[in-house]
Amino acid sequence: MLAFDDIQHILLTRVPALTGRYEFLSFRNAAAGRAWVAAIREKVQSAQQARASVETNKRWVSVAFTWNGLRALGLNVASLATFPEEFRQGMTARAEILGDTGANHPDTWVGGLASPELHAIVILFARDAVERERSRSEHQKLIAQLNGVTVLSSLDLEATPPFDYAHDHFGYRDRLSQPIIEGSGEEPTPGSGAPLKPGEFILGYPDEDGPPANLPQPEILSRNGSYMAYRRLQEHVGAFRDFLRQHGRTPEEQELVAAKLMGRWRSGAPLVLAPDKDDPALGADMQRNNDFNYKEMDPHGYAVPLGSHCRRMNPRDTAANMNRRRMIRRGATYGTHLPDDASEDGVERGIAAFVICASLIRQFEFAQNVWANDKNFHELGNERDPIIGNQDGTLEYKIPKRPIRKKITGLPAFTRARGGAYFFLPGLKALRYLATLGDGRQS
Amino acid sequence: MTDTAQQRDWSRPAATAIPKEGYLKLEQGRYGPLYPRTPACHGFTIIAKVKPGREQAVRDYGKSIEAAVAGDPHCLEVLKLHYLRWVLFEIKGDTYFMYQGIFDTDFDKYTEDAVALFSKTGITTVFVNLEGFPEDWRTNVPAFIKFVRDHQRPSFLEYGEYPWVSADEIKKALRVKAALSDMLDQMQ
Repeated sequence: MLAFDDIQHILLTRVPALTGRYEFLSFRNAAAGRAWVAAIREKVQSAQQARASVETNKRWVSVAFTWNGLRALGLNVASLATFPEEFRQGMTARAEILGDTGANHPDTWVGGLASPELHAIVILFARDAVERERSRSEHQKLIAQLNGVTVLSSLDLEATPPFDYAHDHFGYRDRLSQPIIEGSGEEPTPGSGAPLKPGEFILGYPDEDGPPANLPQPEILSRNGSYMAYRRLQEHVGAFRDFLRQHGRTPEEQELVAAKLMGRWRSGAPLVLAPDKDDPALGADMQRNNDFNYKEMDPHGYAVPLGSHCRRMNPRDTAANMNRRRMIRRGATYGTHLPDDASEDGVERGIAAFVICASLIRQFEFAQNVWANDKNFHELGNERDPIIGNQDGTLEYKIPKRPIRKKITGLPAFTRARGGAYFFLPGLKALRYLATLGDGRQS
Repeated sequence: MTDTAQQRDWSRPAATAIPKEGYLKLEQGRYGPLYPRTPACHGFTIIAKVKPGREQAVRDYGKSIEAAVAGDPHCLEVLKLHYLRWVLFEIKGDTYFMYQGIFDTDFDKYTEDAVALFSKTGITTVFVNLEGFPEDWRTNVPAFIKFVRDHQRPSFLEYGEYPWVSADEIKKALRVKAALSDMLDQMQ
């Protein structure tokens, strides 16, 4: 049984937010940091609370800490040492592994995210801009009262039009393939596989390999928490649209190029099921839009190129131990929408997302290192993920086609990492524990 | 060393001398520095002392692997192997085990898959007969990797008569050859 009343809602629920805001915090002293945790804790909803009030709530809050943040709160050395090495090192130290080199290098990141002074994030999802502004102002008052908590930077989230379905600035429909956690009460859609053991995503529960192991200590930190990799990914919408125009003469051809990069049409319709022509009804139908495999239905990639984003990020039946590699994705888009007929305006826009998993090294880092950035994934030789891989203009992209494949050389970068961090997302009881560190309960 | 130019140049035999530390260029993988790909692909030469009295247990696992592969010829597929050689030898009365594998993927990339496979096929059962193998290997992948790295003896020379070619590419070429000869048969 999952402790719904102790798990932060972001792990288990998707809320009907159209806007939001992330604030990145630094604790100048431990007492102020703990006072902030004690105050913000009152605003953080559990999965149970969020589910019970999803229709009436207007805003949802989550908080998480970097390893430096846990240290700044006064967690003792012995406890700090029980966290996994990749989390202790932090995302910037893992840059080479993650493909964060060149234009994606942490030296170029914004918002102080590459700084060891980054200690915590507070995530606000809000139903509308009015609620976001109200919450922002309330949080600002709290910070002002505490002498020693500073906001390093913030990021306002904006859904991109049309608002009736989730999609990114490139226009791709999102949230189509999410793992389902056993005991969460949710049912997997056809083709999504069986529910996975909770320990793949939530600390303290059995995972696909058996009982949990190597959990952070003391025990209160080992239950109902998780790890979160934050990625702020700028989307170069102008360059993306130019690329489509360059490789497709008609709007239909351009749509096909976009679909071949992703593995799905922008409507969400999977190429495996709709190889030649978009099928928006299929894309929007959750009972059908994930019901396919690759090994039997498209082994050579004639529908979905072997190097496409979907095929790399979820190789389904063409990878071993898939159940040990799944991740929960949360997040939103930021920046203004670039109208279809507008040329690139130089304004930063993109996605600011979280990957939630029980093991950053086994799940998130594997996906970044191997699936997104291994040039030789599926024997492709000289490719990386066309959407999120590290592209420096020297790589290619192959689209299998009879009789002769199409090969695009010098693929440009459509995205750029502008920031990121590893966070520990504690359970609510663990949050209370962190708020009371130094009250004589710890040496 | 994964440049396409080199990958394509299978027709020109190549040799690479490897520095003592085991890599040509320091590149971080998830579990430490990456070992290089050479004209003879990726590889491991793990040498470790066998616990006293366990030699026969190690030797018997040769039969187990033979049976496992006979039962499911693709059971080691995840490891992307070309060849596997297991050797037992003695130094001053102690028995040592050598696990030598030539494979196509960076071990670091598919480490967890390898550990899962080792568990499934009993290769780890061989490893538990080796001195220093971590007792919590089932749940502690980093400790497992550390054992492998601590006992890896990097080559100082590797040579390929048909360099940079993966097992998949060899199989593809043989399939094309078979298909061509089948086609010629049909034209007789």
